[in-house]
Amino acid sequence: MSPITIFQARRILTMAPSRPLATHVAVRDGRILGVGALDELTGWGPYRLETRLADKVLMPGLVEGHSHLMEGAFWRFVYCGCFDRRDPNGRTWPGAKTLDDVLARLREAQARLADPAQPLAGWGFDPIYFDNRRCVREDLDRVSPTRPVGMIHASGHIINCNSAALAAAGWLRSGIDHPGVPLGADGLPTGELKGPEAMMAVAGVLGLDRAVLAGDEAGLRLFSRLCVRAGVTTATDLASPLPDEALPMLLRTTAEDGFPTRVVPLLRLMGAPEPTILRAAALQGQSSDRLRLGRVKIVADGSIQGFSARLRWPGYYNGAPNGLWYIAPEQLQQALTLALQHGVQVHVHTNGDEATDAVLDGLERALEQHPRPDHRFTLQHCQLADAAQFRRMKALGLCVNLFANHHFYWGDEHYRLTVGPERATRMNACATALATGVPLAIHSDAPITPLAPLFTAWCAVHRLTASGRTLGEHERIGVADALRAITLGAAWTLKLDGEIGSIECGKRADFCVLDDDPLAVPAMQLKDLPVWGVVQDGRIFAASELPTD
Amino acid sequence: MSAVAPPIPVSVIGGYLGAGKTTLVNHLLRHAEGRRLAVLVNDFGELPIDDALIEARDGNLLRLAGGCVCCSFGSDLLGALQQLGTMRPPPDQVLLECSGVARPGAVARTLTLLPALQRDAVLVLADAETLRERAADRYVGELVQQQLAEADLIVLNKCDRIAAHGLQALQGWLTGVAPQARVLPCTQGRLAPELLLGLGSVPRAAGLAPAHDAARQFASVSVAFDHAVDAARLAEALADPALGLLRAKGLLRDALRGWCVLQQVGARGRIDALPGTAPAQPRLVGIGLRGQLDEDALRRALAASRA
Repeated sequence: MSPITIFQARRILTMAPSRPLATHVAVRDGRILGVGALDELTGWGPYRLETRLADKVLMPGLVEGHSHLMEGAFWRFVYCGCFDRRDPNGRTWPGAKTLDDVLARLREAQARLADPAQPLAGWGFDPIYFDNRRCVREDLDRVSPTRPVGMIHASGHIINCNSAALAAAGWLRSGIDHPGVPLGADGLPTGELKGPEAMMAVAGVLGLDRAVLAGDEAGLRLFSRLCVRAGVTTATDLASPLPDEALPMLLRTTAEDGFPTRVVPLLRLMGAPEPTILRAAALQGQSSDRLRLGRVKIVADGSIQGFSARLRWPGYYNGAPNGLWYIAPEQLQQALTLALQHGVQVHVHTNGDEATDAVLDGLERALEQHPRPDHRFTLQHCQLADAAQFRRMKALGLCVNLFANHHFYWGDEHYRLTVGPERATRMNACATALATGVPLAIHSDAPITPLAPLFTAWCAVHRLTASGRTLGEHERIGVADALRAITLGAAWTLKLDGEIGSIECGKRADFCVLDDDPLAVPAMQLKDLPVWGVVQDGRIFAASELPTD
Repeated sequence: MSAVAPPIPVSVIGGYLGAGKTTLVNHLLRHAEGRRLAVLVNDFGELPIDDALIEARDGNLLRLAGGCVCCSFGSDLLGALQQLGTMRPPPDQVLLECSGVARPGAVARTLTLLPALQRDAVLVLADAETLRERAADRYVGELVQQQLAEADLIVLNKCDRIAAHGLQALQGWLTGVAPQARVLPCTQGRLAPELLLGLGSVPRAAGLAPAHDAARQFASVSVAFDHAVDAARLAEALADPALGLLRAKGLLRDALRGWCVLQQVGARGRIDALPGTAPAQPRLVGIGLRGQLDEDALRRALAASRA
């Protein structure tokens, strides 16, 4: 018989309806034997009492329902964002508030590079906050006129680079005529590259190539450290091409004794649906405890701040033309039908409300052909949905994972520019989702915004924007509901709620370890609540003891 | 002499799902007639290429009969195009089959990022039977119309499924949606490659006359003349839809540039210096639909461009 450990805590928020509070939890083989008072747990047999967490508050390990492993790899590059952000080593990088701050930070990083030809890349750049002062290649030439230098924006959809990076990509020339490559008065590119095609070649020069970063073992380890610091024990990678050659690395790394995170990569569907759906079905059998395979992600449209989301009437507030379909609605419906048929769970990215309608229509028809109870297909982001759409989600058995963080970082832009005051107010309508009975999760979309579910909960509770406006006071939700959304709610959208998301007999021993009780601290402090670390599969990981480099 | 290889022409093949893009590509491959075609497709999901044409499969590359190849580009179109640019020997022509939701005009502009490639015509396929319904669709109607509006040449496919008066009405409607484009009615993409391909600067020995015009759908005109022309002015005049020209090729003596080749596909024209020895006499060949090609207007345009 495997040994039993009983963890003693100041308080345990179990999120289990039959016993919401406890002080002890017994664990064997990484799973929960029971939760309660000590004398209710000793009957399982000889045990070791673990007292390291005796003054801590435990809650279920947090579940990040929409993140990207790439956040880990990005930390090998220079953080150029406008807001303070903590790295995998626990160091907080102050936000770069002006373009000069950004350039100074790049220069500082450059001073540590021995090889004068080595490219220098940054990430998280967000000139929205610099009064839209555009960064041009001459700015970055001041960092280096010879070394390729560039940075990818916080949105992930734009790169700014210097002349040397353009030259290395073969683009420092006239004759380019592409909407994603604005030209200066001299007829040469300004160094701003918008959209995947325009970015791809320079991303390759800078080492920011997405496909390369997807199979990055070091990045996976850095990502897992961020998870421990954020109290996260299960995180999604939404989505990955999951190349066959990356799979053994993912299985091996996540299975290591010291690896602290359960990873749920969703397979990205592009083009013809059938091969991807069948591959996902085949991958289900290869899952391990800490690598859960066999789900699919589809992207239906683009982003609202990039004006590439598909909106219904009356469209964009500033009159921008409607956005792009990333998949034909017929193919979307075909994919949903095949997925229902083969028992593959699908998450669909929609931002605009027209894209959401296409999923609702497509799923309705798909369900007529292949009814499947409890499919739990999930709308990801789904930022602009209105109340009627939430009612249809409920009727069709859809779940929703709303982008609560987005409201803080871009809510002011949505109010002013993209969708206007009324629709900005209803974006990411958490209260409507709950009132309608649609299963709710909330997310960071890291690296787009920081991996920190307690911050995400804070965003949903307060709906404050970066400028301090309360945007949509009637869509605010309570702290208890927000905490449920980052645990059991997200677990539900992954069909993992029977294993994780609450502290109950039979479930995985995954805990988020806090210095204080999130239900007892003032709600405004939720985002600042110190995370001590996690317990994952019964193993203790203290943030302060993580390896650093 | 420059050692730089001439840029490879890339035909962009767009159009919504089910319009017949893949059928057209297969047809062009079957009638490559010595052209080394490189086909780029979004993915191999639905077996895009006739089995009979495939000689070998190598990851994301299919080797096809007659030195042709087919690659899938997935999410990295630019990378795949770059790879084609470095193929040795280089392909004569690239056929880029867009996804059903792509904007072919945007894809064509992507080609300007790659100096080894040059844009040939944008061909947009449309299903004659369902086009009007698609164009009114709540989700994709606007996209379908945008795709048409970005075409140099609209290949109106599946014309056997509609009545003659329906076809006429459809062509009238297309004039409003895509005034810049020439419209080529056909069935199962069965069109002579010469009609669709070849803004490339090197003229082929084969003339312009479609090799398989069993239905006598096309009319052609060949005009020999002596005078020098302003080639740019001529190209502009030939783009006028009133001429009913689908495709034109001219061997011209430009007043400033000397001997050159004018290639016209739909509204898109291209003028290049003529390599090799000068021909005996300037000549302009035009082709259009029988009953629509206006020979007199063509001759007038030629006369008006006299240098």
